[in-house]
Amino acid sequence: MTAATSPVSAAVLAAPTITDTPPDIDYWLLAPMLVVFAAGVVAVLFEAFVPRARRRATQLTLALAALASAFVLTVLQVGSLPEGEAGTTVAFGSVAVDRVGLFLQGTILVLAFVSLLLIAENRRGESAFAAQAAAVPGSEEERGHVLAGSQHTEVYPLVLFAVLGMQLFPVSNDFLTMFIALEVMSLPLYLLCGLARRRRLFSQEAAVKYFLLGAFSSAFFLFGIALVYGYAGAVNFADVAAAVEAGGSPMFDGGGEPLLLIGIALVGVGLLFKVGAVPFHNWKPDVYQGAPTPITALMASCTLVAAFGALLRVFYTAFGGSVEAWRPMLWTVAILTMVLAAVVAVTQRDIKRLLAYSSVVHAGFVLTAVVAASPEGLAGAMFYLAAYGFTTIGAFAVVTLVRTHETGPEAGELAQWAGLGRTSPMLAGALALFLLAFAGIPLTSGFIGKFAVFEAAMAAGATPLVVVGVLSSAVTAYFYVRIIVLMFFSEPAESAPRVLPAGLLTGSAIAAGVVATVVLGVFPTPVLDHLVPQPGEERSEPAVATADGFTR
Amino acid sequence: MAVSDVYLAAEQHAVTHEAGGMVLGNAWLLIALPLAGAALLLLGGRRTNGWGHLLATALPIASFGWAVAALVQMLGMDPAERSLSVPVYTWFSAGGFTAEANLLLDPLSISFVLLITGVGSLIHVYSIGYMSHDDNRRRFFAYLNLFVAAMLVLVLADNYALMFLGWEGVGLASYLLIGFWQHKPSAAVAAKKAFLVNRVGDMGLLIAIMLMFSAFGTVAYSGVLGSADRAGEGLMAAIGLLLLLGACGKSAQLPLQSWLLDAMEGPTPVSALIHAATMVTAGVYLIVRSGPVFEAAPAAQLTVAVIGAATLLAGAVIGCAKDDIKKALAGSTMSQIGYMTLAAGLGPVGYAAAIAHLITHGFFKAGLFLGAGSVMHGMNDEVDMRRYGGLRKAMPITFATFGLGYLAIIGFPLLSGWWTKEGIIEAAFATGGTAGAVLGGATLLGAGLTAFYMTRVMIMTFFGQKRWDPGVHPHESPVSMTAPMVVLAAGSVFLGAALVFGYRFAHFLEPAVGAPEEHHAFSMAHLLTSWTSLAALGLMVAGVATAWFLYGRAPVPRTAPAGNLVTVAARNELYGNAINEGLFMRPGQALTKALTAFDTRVVDGLVNGIGRSVRDGSTGLRTTQTGFARTYALTMLFGAVIVVATLAVRI
Repeated sequence: MTAATSPVSAAVLAAPTITDTPPDIDYWLLAPMLVVFAAGVVAVLFEAFVPRARRRATQLTLALAALASAFVLTVLQVGSLPEGEAGTTVAFGSVAVDRVGLFLQGTILVLAFVSLLLIAENRRGESAFAAQAAAVPGSEEERGHVLAGSQHTEVYPLVLFAVLGMQLFPVSNDFLTMFIALEVMSLPLYLLCGLARRRRLFSQEAAVKYFLLGAFSSAFFLFGIALVYGYAGAVNFADVAAAVEAGGSPMFDGGGEPLLLIGIALVGVGLLFKVGAVPFHNWKPDVYQGAPTPITALMASCTLVAAFGALLRVFYTAFGGSVEAWRPMLWTVAILTMVLAAVVAVTQRDIKRLLAYSSVVHAGFVLTAVVAASPEGLAGAMFYLAAYGFTTIGAFAVVTLVRTHETGPEAGELAQWAGLGRTSPMLAGALALFLLAFAGIPLTSGFIGKFAVFEAAMAAGATPLVVVGVLSSAVTAYFYVRIIVLMFFSEPAESAPRVLPAGLLTGSAIAAGVVATVVLGVFPTPVLDHLVPQPGEERSEPAVATADGFTR
Repeated sequence: MAVSDVYLAAEQHAVTHEAGGMVLGNAWLLIALPLAGAALLLLGGRRTNGWGHLLATALPIASFGWAVAALVQMLGMDPAERSLSVPVYTWFSAGGFTAEANLLLDPLSISFVLLITGVGSLIHVYSIGYMSHDDNRRRFFAYLNLFVAAMLVLVLADNYALMFLGWEGVGLASYLLIGFWQHKPSAAVAAKKAFLVNRVGDMGLLIAIMLMFSAFGTVAYSGVLGSADRAGEGLMAAIGLLLLLGACGKSAQLPLQSWLLDAMEGPTPVSALIHAATMVTAGVYLIVRSGPVFEAAPAAQLTVAVIGAATLLAGAVIGCAKDDIKKALAGSTMSQIGYMTLAAGLGPVGYAAAIAHLITHGFFKAGLFLGAGSVMHGMNDEVDMRRYGGLRKAMPITFATFGLGYLAIIGFPLLSGWWTKEGIIEAAFATGGTAGAVLGGATLLGAGLTAFYMTRVMIMTFFGQKRWDPGVHPHESPVSMTAPMVVLAAGSVFLGAALVFGYRFAHFLEPAVGAPEEHHAFSMAHLLTSWTSLAALGLMVAGVATAWFLYGRAPVPRTAPAGNLVTVAARNELYGNAINEGLFMRPGQALTKALTAFDTRVVDGLVNGIGRSVRDGSTGLRTTQTGFARTYALTMLFGAVIVVATLAVRI
């Protein structure tokens, strides 16, 4: 039952009818999200009933199993989609199930799985998270908890709920569901950001900032929804799109465009904040630096995928009819993002802040594909997000291993990383690979991603944007390569950092990053072919990003 | 002129099919096997010391086996369908752009594959004995495998870009192997020189490829060669001359010949494989493969022939004067490749002759070099022929195999060299006109000179009195070295007849390189009794007799006599190095100084200026990141205003 063909959903939203019969919802299509949700609820119960000693192992097993089975279900659903159509909708048109959405959900689940490996890392009873978050930093109480080996296993249900929100965010098919998803995704993340084991005040500051600014952006988002609702008389994307086509609700008599345009702008502000585009990027460096590094990895990969998924869906479906109106806005934001973030990154001295700015620049690159508003742009953005996600998790995983001393905090200062290539060649080599991928050097996934998004932007006539993008890439390459030079061609610093041996969990995360970066760089065709429709070629299976990639 | 007609015939054959079947469809294994060997030996490190050389020898043999199987399958096909495309790897395709690597398997490339893997395998076997006492034997075999893989990429590529990858790959392997004994300063310098001189040629090739891309939008053979006759003659001449420059660098043709003699510093198996049998012939391959380009630009084509003729004589003259056995043979290599280049410059009528001579030369010259290596092996690495003499009794097998190679190269009737060299001489005269007479004259004169200098080498090494240094006890080499020499000697004797008799090889190549305008039937009597054949025979006898008169009858002094003007010039490689120094090196140094000054003042100033302004901008922008949530919120508000404004302009 697609919303476009059935008047039911519009009717329901316009005027709820009260019936005796339960609503007819295809739970199979919601199964991946339900699995994660159920696992989150069970995990909360585990917190109450499972003995403390076995809690971590149980929670980790549950979380990994939930993410893995949700991924399997997501893959299975691709097969159950109707042939020749983009997809379908469930729950009265509020959730879309289409190939684009499933690809993004699958990507999020895999990336979350890898991030979870980092989150679960535990050395001599010490995880990345505070022993007791409620204790005042530096207090006797805190020391007591540290000595007692307390652990916050609540992290796992929080992560599961955040992942649930991320899954729902890119497939929401009306503005209200999307807002709920946004909050479900964000609230656990606000909490998780404040749980760092070391430099706790710093971490808490980051969490509060993230929360305040997130709330601020949510307000913009909601206000934008209200304006769009005022214009279209509906919140469902299909209905909004139809209203945009028709020139607005009949009562405006064609004069309601300001409502729509300001609505687009404010909804855009909310989404661009989550993406971290300039000038809504200020939170990123502070939060990425303050949050526990595994959580930073989760945010840098999964949140970015989810946020861009939502951005693409809103702008391609609901506002698809007014491309000409919003394109200049995204042009401006993309240029600001690519230029300013790249320039600021040049003088960063902390690796996590640098990676945060790098994430902002990459968001700018993906925005160039959004501007294209074409199947190629959609495919390019999707490939870029997947490729970047793996690489960035790997990079943050490396960061977790480089400590000031054996039991000390992470050595964030880049100056300390000098000569790391000589003392730990494998680790430095992996990081060098990730940095080269960020810089977009051929034979890494980053090159293919950049090529795909820039090619799409060129095809859509955004050549100036591509020129800015390439120049910005050149600037970013400077500071990526500078790190490589520092690691491999400098004498080790006096206060050389201590590199912890990568355990099974962190090691797997780094390995996953290396493998994905190389495979997607050397052999990207299977994925790319799947995403981009080949011109003039009969295909047995429809490409993900067809002209009508999103269901409505 | 029916240039286009000639190629109309070829164009019908140029339709390339996708290769099917186990053997042909997996032709990438030809390259992958030796490449895997190189990777294993280089990455495996010391662990592979014990068995690495055996693996490295087995892999090219396996490649050879695969190539033979591929040839058999190819011969079973219709001649018009023998051009096969082997898809290897599609990197990615985005939008209208596809980056992929495919191989082209056709009669021309399979001939080269067989030569490279066949002679390559023999030389690997030989190296087992020759390098048995070297501490770095594993590294040597790794480089040899790398060379074989790169050379196969060069000949199997279906486009100029991939071909260039192989071209640079063999250059790298050549550099590594010439400088293999880098502890000797002369070897290190020679390696560097080879690399630098080749850069000049490579630059020409690179520019040619860029021109092709800008003119045709593709660098695939099918795209470029298919539309060569439709592009302007000026452009084709430019591309042709630049390709020729590339060929001159790789094949040591004038004016880029100077590196080859120095390259003899490398171990002798390297000289045999890379600097005699295979790599140095890559230039000939390039010209023959690019045939339609030269067809469309007669001026460039004539230049090719003239360069070939000049090099053929220069190489022979140098070969006459060198006392170092390897350098004498290197001069001979230059000269023989000059023959091939000359033939390649004659158009379709000469292509088959050029490739046939290239293949037989691969055998007899590799045999001669391996023989020289065997002599050096027995003589404590002495290379001066004035310290040899009377070795035929001490090294009978080496003498016999070297002797057969000698007879082949001087064009002794019915041996390999005779069959293929006759083809070139005949083709040169068949061109007609002044050009034909001059080119043909050069080939005949070259035949006489070849007979002279090769006889000189033969006599000084194997005949006459013993002029050995004290303490030298020559002995025959182990069987791992003599066996390949025997096989190569057999090739030197029979291969020419097998290729030329009935013009079998020419017909085999036709679908790939195009057919000559007029076929004349094969006639043994004509081959033996035509005036060119008789003249070549006469000059050969004269050359042998002169050499015998000068070196066989009179004793050879242990130190070289002063010599006349010509001898001194030839000993100094016709002053090629002095010319290079005066004409290129010194002006080049001045230019470099000027460019450096320009670079530091203008370019660096500009670049540093941009860098500084980015850094200053960065420092300035950093201050916006205050750390206060209220500032961030204000920035966001400001951003929201911008976003609303960019949308509201439409209202």
